[in-house]
Amino acid sequence: MSVSAGLTSGWMQPANSRFKWWLPGLLALVVLALMTGLPLTALVVSATDVAPQDVLTNPYFRRVIWFSFYQALLSAVFSVGLAIPVAQALSREQKFPFRKLLLNLYSLSLVIPTIVAIFGVVAVYGRTGWLNDITTALGFNAFSIYGLNGILIAHIFFNMPLATRVLLQSLDNIPNEQWRLSTQLRMSGLSQFRFIEWPAMRSQLLGVFMLIFTLCFTSFTIVMTLGGGPRATTIEVAIYQALRFDFDLNVAVSLAIVQLVFCAVLLFASAIFKHEAPLGFSIGNPGTLFRPASGYRWLNALTIGVATLFVLLPLAGLLISAINPTTTKVLLHANTISASINTVIIALTASSLSVVLGVGLLISSRHMRIRLGQHRLGQWIQHAGNIILVMPPVVLGTGLFLLLRNVADVFSIALGLAIVINSLMALPFVLRILDGPLMQAAEQHDRLIQSLGITGWSRWRLLDWPLVRKPLGFAMAISATLAAGDLSAIALFGSERALTLPLLLFQRMGSYRLHEAAVTAALLLLVCLMLFLLLQAATNVAERHQHANA
Amino acid sequence: MLTLENLTVHLGKNRYCFNLQTGTEQVCAILGKSGSGKSTLLNLIAGFLVAESGKLQWQKENLVGLPANQRPITTLFQQNNLFTHLNVAKNIGLGINPDLKLTNQDKDNIDQVLDEVGLAGYATHSATKLSGGEQQRVALARCLLRKQPILLLDEPFSALDEHTRHDMLELTRNVIDKHKLCVVLVTHNKDDARLLDAQQYQLTDGQLHLQS
Repeated sequence: MSVSAGLTSGWMQPANSRFKWWLPGLLALVVLALMTGLPLTALVVSATDVAPQDVLTNPYFRRVIWFSFYQALLSAVFSVGLAIPVAQALSREQKFPFRKLLLNLYSLSLVIPTIVAIFGVVAVYGRTGWLNDITTALGFNAFSIYGLNGILIAHIFFNMPLATRVLLQSLDNIPNEQWRLSTQLRMSGLSQFRFIEWPAMRSQLLGVFMLIFTLCFTSFTIVMTLGGGPRATTIEVAIYQALRFDFDLNVAVSLAIVQLVFCAVLLFASAIFKHEAPLGFSIGNPGTLFRPASGYRWLNALTIGVATLFVLLPLAGLLISAINPTTTKVLLHANTISASINTVIIALTASSLSVVLGVGLLISSRHMRIRLGQHRLGQWIQHAGNIILVMPPVVLGTGLFLLLRNVADVFSIALGLAIVINSLMALPFVLRILDGPLMQAAEQHDRLIQSLGITGWSRWRLLDWPLVRKPLGFAMAISATLAAGDLSAIALFGSERALTLPLLLFQRMGSYRLHEAAVTAALLLLVCLMLFLLLQAATNVAERHQHANA
Repeated sequence: MLTLENLTVHLGKNRYCFNLQTGTEQVCAILGKSGSGKSTLLNLIAGFLVAESGKLQWQKENLVGLPANQRPITTLFQQNNLFTHLNVAKNIGLGINPDLKLTNQDKDNIDQVLDEVGLAGYATHSATKLSGGEQQRVALARCLLRKQPILLLDEPFSALDEHTRHDMLELTRNVIDKHKLCVVLVTHNKDDARLLDAQQYQLTDGQLHLQS
């Protein structure tokens, strides 16, 4: 193959005929297009019969839209606002005894299924929970977990730890010299906050605020479980109710389109503010950090203590209530067993699909970014994998429902649909985990790889796989855990014939069989932790195997 | 003979136009400040960058249009010459076969070339455990095994300490003589050029100027 010099100047691709760099990405894009483009088309086509403006003038839906923004705003404000003192206390008390436990707990919130955490939150803050036992004993009115209160508590439970980790990371990045200087200048705790900590956190604040706002805006499980009714429903849940209970397709489609537009705007807004949300499970090495013990140390200790209890209590509540007279009966129940099997099947298939799609996109995008100098275009191909952020699960589910209702019984292919939706939900995580490891090594060695002519399968086997094996295991583990714990997809399509553990838990909670729910929640948590640990361990086995062959 | 005739490329606002003729067993050194275009020159010769116009020939044969891995060229880079997750023998073996399918003969050759660069017995060492100088020796060993007539040296000594640098230059001098290579060295250090007996060129304003 000869390339004429006049036509192709600039960065050149190797004319090695064996390696089709565009193939993995193209295949992934085609699959993505089938999985999202067709449902989207179905939505838009149906939308010609309905009028989204009717939704906007209907007072009920106006209230739903208003509440979606209102609860997201409050959730983001409280999550970030509470994270500031917690991150500050954690940063100033590098040697605090429970520091590590707390940070590990905070990382765990990535793995704990939403519905499981909600059960824990209800166990502590619910009508019959511990908190109400205390407040009623003290003579106060009973506190209701349902409605805005509960939604906020659950959102803060998940997002305050996330915000804390982001802010702590920027605090830990403050150079030691700044702290030494502040000590010599005899700054007060307040001045240190004003001149050192606040500037470090400020750069991340807007980004993490936008992230949490978006997450809460499209929040489904929490609002469906703790909200509901005209006073506390979000667009996402209203779509689900229209589809599942009212069978009102017009309303579902109109709301889905409204939601699509809002999500696109939110994604655009969050692209403007960068943030560095850590996905990993380790945070820096605090041993080398110089942080003078400053401020009121008892206040730091109190802050860390309360923040730990806030996350620890619901988990403890869940585990304690899981041991009850029904435990064995529930575990051996036919529904529990079939739901467990379905959950594991969905988790493993969805995560495999997600990782294959992610690697396919990244391999082609990497070639375009590094070898062809098409940085922007390569990045866009990668962004295609984030489509679920614009088209949240329930919207996608509505599209799939419209697309398939005339072709098949959507409830009998519920597991397949859940796999499709869950793999797309995990894809942004997969892309973020694998992007760094795949790009970094390639950038360093690109000219060497080119001159040695290492391409295609050999390149993957010899150069990429050894470096991405661990991140790949992590990506598999995260996406399997997310899929196992997800309720949004299966809530749309699930039934007695297609049960998963989250759905079973939701049903048992909904019918106030709290003993059975507690056992189901603990089982689901166990399944998620096992999936997470086993999939990560699998890559370590692969590593040992490879060393044995070396 | 390696010939560059009005080999031209534009990168951003800069225009580069290179003219160079060097003998089959000659060392030429390109001197210039950082940012003067030294890497651009090597990228053009090696095929990582394609010229807009002009000629690039080796022994009267056109190289323009050949992909990087099909040119009679091997490069010793300043750093990142080794894949740190592979051992020394595998790093060198990639130069023989990019799929790392090696015959016993290949493995003997690897041991032999390691001996030549003064690293006998290092075959199974992990690349991460090598010093900077040792890493460059392994990379040089791979260059030699690839048996290409043109060797491009992309500031390969500048990251080394003074003592190691002199050892490495001496070794390079010896293997160039022994293997009768055509060498293009890019450096900002006149010492390097002198120690390799190089014909010296200065690179300024996107053009090469022969130094007397």
